Amino acid sequence: MNAPRFNAYGVAAIYRFEMARFMRTIWQSLVTPVITTSLYFVVFGSAIGSRMSDVNGVPYAAFIVPGLIMMTVFTESIFNGSFGIYFPKFVGTIYELLSAPVSYVEVVLAYVGAAATKSVALGLVILATASLFVPIHILHVGWMIGFLVLISVTFSLFGFILGIWANSFEQLNIVPMLIMTPLTFLGGAFYSIDMLPPAWRTLTLFNPVVYLISGFRWSFFGTADVAVGLSFGMTLGFLAVCLAVVAVVFKTGYRLKN
Amino acid sequence: MNPMTPIISIANLTKTYASGQEALKAINLDIRKGEIFALLGPNGAGKTTLINIVCGIVTASTGTVSADGHDIVRDYRGARMKIGLVPQELHTDAFEKVIATVTFSRGLFGRAPNPAHIEKILRELSLWDKREAKVRTLSGGMKRRLMIAKALAHEPSILFLDEPSAGVDVELRRDMWAMVRSLRASGVTIILTTHYIEEAEDMADRIGVINKGELIVVEEKAALMKKLGKKEMTLNLQEPMAEIPPSLADWGLELKADGHELHYAFDASAANTGGGIALLLKRLAELGIGFKDLHTSQSSLEDIFVNLVRADADSQWGVRK
Repeated sequence: MNAPRFNAYGVAAIYRFEMARFMRTIWQSLVTPVITTSLYFVVFGSAIGSRMSDVNGVPYAAFIVPGLIMMTVFTESIFNGSFGIYFPKFVGTIYELLSAPVSYVEVVLAYVGAAATKSVALGLVILATASLFVPIHILHVGWMIGFLVLISVTFSLFGFILGIWANSFEQLNIVPMLIMTPLTFLGGAFYSIDMLPPAWRTLTLFNPVVYLISGFRWSFFGTADVAVGLSFGMTLGFLAVCLAVVAVVFKTGYRLKN
Repeated sequence: MNPMTPIISIANLTKTYASGQEALKAINLDIRKGEIFALLGPNGAGKTTLINIVCGIVTASTGTVSADGHDIVRDYRGARMKIGLVPQELHTDAFEKVIATVTFSRGLFGRAPNPAHIEKILRELSLWDKREAKVRTLSGGMKRRLMIAKALAHEPSILFLDEPSAGVDVELRRDMWAMVRSLRASGVTIILTTHYIEEAEDMADRIGVINKGELIVVEEKAALMKKLGKKEMTLNLQEPMAEIPPSLADWGLELKADGHELHYAFDASAANTGGGIALLLKRLAELGIGFKDLHTSQSSLEDIFVNLVRADADSQWGVRK
């Protein structure tokens, strides 16, 4: 029999394998973000939020919802995207992937697709959890889903690259801890950048996360720190950079093949 | 089946790792369809590198490989769908179920689901009862069989077994070889690597010896065993002997230790029939030559390598360098 031009069975096998891993740990996967989100609501939404004034006409407790969802989506996408490819490297089962008739595009599609699926699901779970605490009205549902999917894919891809690059579990953790956490906190997850002094506001505009959170928040409330078109453009730009890096990685076999 | 049709064709294959280590030096090798080919060599000779290049895990520096007519780089899908690999190390997904990991392998290699085939393989490898068990609960021998099941899940026509008997007990080894033979009978071409010449002797149709990245011998097993599988018997004589009686000339005996020892060198095929030794001892008894002790030794693969590497490969073994 002739080899197919697209190995759909291969993509499905990897995707199913990754989703099975997710389902095995479904409780850890879901309970942790739900508890974390609830804690944020207790602290920021109720305790502190009740003393905060509205932000651009949005009650503070509602204002932080898109930022909270994004925080989890960033973390989970990077974790799942990186773990999916790092673990086979670590335990040695990568041999099978490297000797299989799957193209690089198919490998990325399967791993990143599975990681992004989990992130989108988690994002929606957090949204549902949040709606138990505050009434949430989503202005642009289509855009909200669009941003959620796009950002999940982008960060899963970013995680995938991280997983290929990492040679140890320490390296795997260092980027999310050292880079993503500060960028997210300084990226307007809990405040509007209008609240910052002008100099800091300018500096913040160099933080790519600002554009992602701003765009996502716009889809909820119709107000944003930066123009939504710019947010969308930045998200696509980041996705393009990740795609370019992953293309180079596969072309050179970097850290995968000798 | 034409025995001369190469199913794998390796031409001028070299591999130099980024570290500068020259793992393979211009390998040329044709594997025939339907044969069992054993690749022998000491540690670090390049056996695994060669296999890994054919399977797509390592990128060759120069040279070409085609598998069943598919170039392994340009038409990697075609080539890889035909190949199954059982690597040396037991790399398994610890938390997966046996049946899930084998089903995964079939899909990964682009084949439509076929539960009946998966069941057949698992039954043949005595893993069917363990199908719902987590991989990490399996014993070492079961994991080895699981690796074979994964490699066979997509019905490959070429199977690579890299050191399949490493760390495997005698009984399992016997079962494994029985399975390899039945695979060959069903038309699968098998390439295996091993440290043990006895194993190659037992299994292979042809044998290749690789040393320091060079293929120094490729021969039919029978011919190679005759050359390489030397055995030696030493008799400690009761009375020293001045010269070997003419009636013992057939055995090509040698006197050593001032006539106190009689040496008889013979090849492994003669040892299998046993005729050589039995007849010799009978003749000695007839001649009234007594001996105090007797011991036999077999040339190990290490001896053979030492000899091969020392020898002028071109003239002695008639092979290309």
